[in-house]
Amino acid sequence: MAEMKFAKSHEWVRPEAGGLATVGISKYAVEALTDLVFMQLPPVGRKVKAGESLGEIESVKAVSDIYAPVSGEIVEVNSALPNQLDTLGADPYGAGWIVRIKPDDPAELAGLLDQTAYDALVKS
Amino acid sequence: MSTTPLRTPLAPWHESHGGRMVDFAGWWMPVQYSSIVEEHLATRQAVGMFDVSHMGRLAIEGPAAHGWLESLLTRRVADIAVGQARYTLVTSNEGPTGVTILDDALVTREADAADGTPRFAMVVNASNRDRVVAWLRSRLPAAGVSFADRTAETAMIAVQGPLAVSTVCVLCGDDDAGRISGLGNYRATRAFVAGQPAAVSRTGYTGEDGVEVVVPAAVAQDVWQAIHDAGAPRGLKPCGLGARDTLRLEAGMPLYGHELTASSDPFAIGLGLAVNLDAAGGGPRQFPGRDALARMKAAQPARVRVGLAFDSKRAAREGSPVVVAGRDVGSVTSGSLAPSLGHAVAMALLDREVAAAGTAVDVLIRDVPQAAKVVPLPFYKRPSPRG
Repeated sequence: MAEMKFAKSHEWVRPEAGGLATVGISKYAVEALTDLVFMQLPPVGRKVKAGESLGEIESVKAVSDIYAPVSGEIVEVNSALPNQLDTLGADPYGAGWIVRIKPDDPAELAGLLDQTAYDALVKS
Repeated sequence: MSTTPLRTPLAPWHESHGGRMVDFAGWWMPVQYSSIVEEHLATRQAVGMFDVSHMGRLAIEGPAAHGWLESLLTRRVADIAVGQARYTLVTSNEGPTGVTILDDALVTREADAADGTPRFAMVVNASNRDRVVAWLRSRLPAAGVSFADRTAETAMIAVQGPLAVSTVCVLCGDDDAGRISGLGNYRATRAFVAGQPAAVSRTGYTGEDGVEVVVPAAVAQDVWQAIHDAGAPRGLKPCGLGARDTLRLEAGMPLYGHELTASSDPFAIGLGLAVNLDAAGGGPRQFPGRDALARMKAAQPARVRVGLAFDSKRAAREGSPVVVAGRDVGSVTSGSLAPSLGHAVAMALLDREVAAAGTAVDVLIRDVPQAAKVVPLPFYKRPSPRG
């Protein structure tokens, strides 16, 4: 399996077979949010730029944007997720995936944090 | 301007027990320890305990104290009995309407001093403490009233929920326990809690039965830990400001800075009970802004405070516009998921014509219209309130 990368805004992205990239939010982010109540997914087919909001997640306390870690087209969304937000906490890197993106430029991934750098970021 | 937030005597406990600390009104306070929803439900079902030491605690005493308070507060206190607490507004006669609401507050008449001198305690919002203290000091007479801000030297712990009173009573001697469990709502007494001298009142901000306990700062951690340990086997959870806010919202209680502001019409937001325009024996009272409030009472307010219920869990937030048929009819003052109800609720100020219960409205949440219905307040009422 290809290496998972992280954005500083706490999304993860994992390259998949066929040139797609799966995106979710990190365990750290889910634990920091707590009490999730609502999630808004983007429509399939929407084009996003890296750093652009692709959806939002709401906890009892606040609403947060979910940012695209790479530019590309949304080709699939985890439409079951908004109705079972517990999955995000239980399996953030598996069943809690949020969207699949067809990246415009696979090289963009290289600019993101690796696991070690991300762990250091959230510990600091 | 950024200053280091003030720390309550319980801040070290919060930090060492997973409290997520934020600067709230200049105080370093926990928003939550575990989960806002879990803390909220623990308070509804068992006991929640809250550090509310950030709230201002003022002591007013002296031979002229009683009359002085009567001349300053919107709520009549001329007839307040020892051990009684009343909810009041603190007003000045400044501003375009002739009245400015400086704060809402709880005033309690404590036992008289040994020589018969009357003594009062007042609890004010953290965010308004400085200006309320400055205002009250500016109105002090030359003699007869002593005024002290006791916030720093005391701590205040709210213990709320169906098992709150029995939890605190476990830590008291028989006489004190009997007196506390027999306290009516808005009544106060002195007792020893966990061996420490405390002012205990049957008050709170959650819609549950419960007490608020004021103790000397030096023993605050001991008393907090004792209450925590007595309650833990019965489901007690320490709760942060997050749960405090969702609990008061469900209970339909206004929060200064949101439902209630400096320029509010108290009669439009359901706080008419906090304003006594006239003395008990008839005739107008004389507190700052009294005539402006009399004019407000006589007029029909354009907008009134209502409750809004949503089908979804998606919460409106303060400032979310409310529309009917594309027309702006008001805005949200507070909103959240209501953990006890399982859907979102909000309080809003709405045009009187659309304020009737059952009216369908749309609330723009991040520009997306969300259907809601006007409902009576409070959203939540505890199952069997004490008589």
